Amino acid sequence: MIRRISIAILVAACFILAGLLLLARRPAIATIERPVPKSFSAGSIAQGEVLAAAGHCASCHTGPDGQPFAGGYGVNTPFGIIYGSNLTPDPKTGIGMWSLKAFERAMREGVSRDGSHLFPAFPYYAYTKLSDDDVKALYAYLMTRPAVSATTPANTVPFPLKIRAFQEGWKLLFFRSGRYRTDPSKSDQWNRGAYLAEAVADCSGCHTSRNFLGAENTHNPYSGYEVDGWIAPALSAANPSPIPWTEEEFFTYLRTGASPLHGATAATMTAVVRDSLARPIVPEADIRAIAAYFANVDHSSVRVVGIETMTREALTTSDLGIGQEHDPDADLYASACISCHYNSGPVPLSARPELALNSALTLHEPTNFIQAVLRGVSEGEGAPGLVMPQYASSLSDGEIARLGAYLRRTRTKYPAWADLESRVSAIRRESAKSQ
Amino acid sequence: MTTFDLNGRTVSAHSPDDTPLLWVIRDELGLTGTKFGCGIGFCGACTVHVEGRATRSCITPISAVAGAKVTTIEGLDTEGRHPLQTAWLELQVPQCGYCQPGQIMQAATLLKDFPNPSDRDIDAVMAGNVCRCMTYGRIRKAIKLAAAKLQGGAHE
Repeated sequence: MIRRISIAILVAACFILAGLLLLARRPAIATIERPVPKSFSAGSIAQGEVLAAAGHCASCHTGPDGQPFAGGYGVNTPFGIIYGSNLTPDPKTGIGMWSLKAFERAMREGVSRDGSHLFPAFPYYAYTKLSDDDVKALYAYLMTRPAVSATTPANTVPFPLKIRAFQEGWKLLFFRSGRYRTDPSKSDQWNRGAYLAEAVADCSGCHTSRNFLGAENTHNPYSGYEVDGWIAPALSAANPSPIPWTEEEFFTYLRTGASPLHGATAATMTAVVRDSLARPIVPEADIRAIAAYFANVDHSSVRVVGIETMTREALTTSDLGIGQEHDPDADLYASACISCHYNSGPVPLSARPELALNSALTLHEPTNFIQAVLRGVSEGEGAPGLVMPQYASSLSDGEIARLGAYLRRTRTKYPAWADLESRVSAIRRESAKSQ
Repeated sequence: MTTFDLNGRTVSAHSPDDTPLLWVIRDELGLTGTKFGCGIGFCGACTVHVEGRATRSCITPISAVAGAKVTTIEGLDTEGRHPLQTAWLELQVPQCGYCQPGQIMQAATLLKDFPNPSDRDIDAVMAGNVCRCMTYGRIRKAIKLAAAKLQGGAHE
């Protein structure tokens, strides 16, 4: 009996696999001669430039020290490193021989010109929501960039996951194609913001948690996730910032990289602001729309009660550490941190990130706090003109743990982080590996 | 190679990316006004400005200042007549002098953020700059004198 059942299961599995492989087949789309730049309208190219900026395409499609859009940036996924491809119109190594139809299929369905499936590290599940006009504009913009011959490095996804046909299964389970659908109950501005966030910038790509197959948990959007060793905080009502993000705070942060009541961008978010939303070609109205959308997503209008009072309260902790407390942890803080982080109300200065307001201290995990202390913030990251030194060589794991415990204890109302010292040493090891 | 602006001049450093900015400023570029103290960002002697803000150069790798504007004590004022420097002279603040360039650079950021600083502001922002000769009393007085000079429009 058991034998019969196992045979039945095996046969069924073979049928499913064969079916999947048959289903997974997509025709190649014929190559074309590279379209002459003159065949695209200036308006469409300009529109594409704005979209490519707002969608920070260059972040994943430009390698370290490489030419813009020539590919080669490695996206770290739990399944291996997947390299952004060459999007310049080079016929051999780029997309020079791709027709608009091939480009559109890649954007909307995640299928390459030759018919093979693309990995969802490329967020086609977001771009499927783009309007026809915007897809055309992106095509026009990319096809008029200088062609760069650059072969994209091979991905490190292991066998059998690297078999692209299996992506058909992933798509069956998790991918729904379709244009962005306007929500008539919301304002035009909200809908514009939602379109930019969901179809263009793919904010959920980092800020929504994923299941074990790497698909976003769409039933719990913007719930926060860990990306490249940092936590991309929740953008829903579960956001951990002491003062809820209002539309104005979102706008300032997304446009400049820092806001007085929340602090500065770090890690991957730096590129989203510096290479994307802070660029003058991205219209201010679009940033305002994204801000309005997320201020609604995080329910800040019902969560904000007395920003002034909350700010004042937070600032009462700003000079802790300089008195005669004879607390060795406070002394550590006073020697290393207070000269830059001290504020004296009524509002903190943008150039002096107020730790009592920073989500690095209020997140469930100490990850972002530890990363910031170990790595510091370079001129190319965070808010322009704000550099934080690296304490990796200066503080021991135990000292960083003491500092974290002290700040968590004195600047927040949350329980102590567990196993702080071992977390510091683990992140330090990971960090050393990636450098 | 890292290129940045040092006291208004574009410079290129050939030291490895993780070399502390302090070493590059002193050993590679030859400006010795900035001092080495503890080497772990706990004494303030190495304080310079990055984009106009006090930063401990002994634990800031040069890769972190690529493209940035760095100012050392030599570049705070081309004539050495920044209100903090004249206040320091008037009140004869230094004793051995070793920590003073760092003190002055840190005080410049203090006055930028808090133009009329209270004793508490001074205690907090200057807390990371130590002076083995204990000139703290005179440092406090000189900061207040410089604040008064700046508010009176004596500079710029």
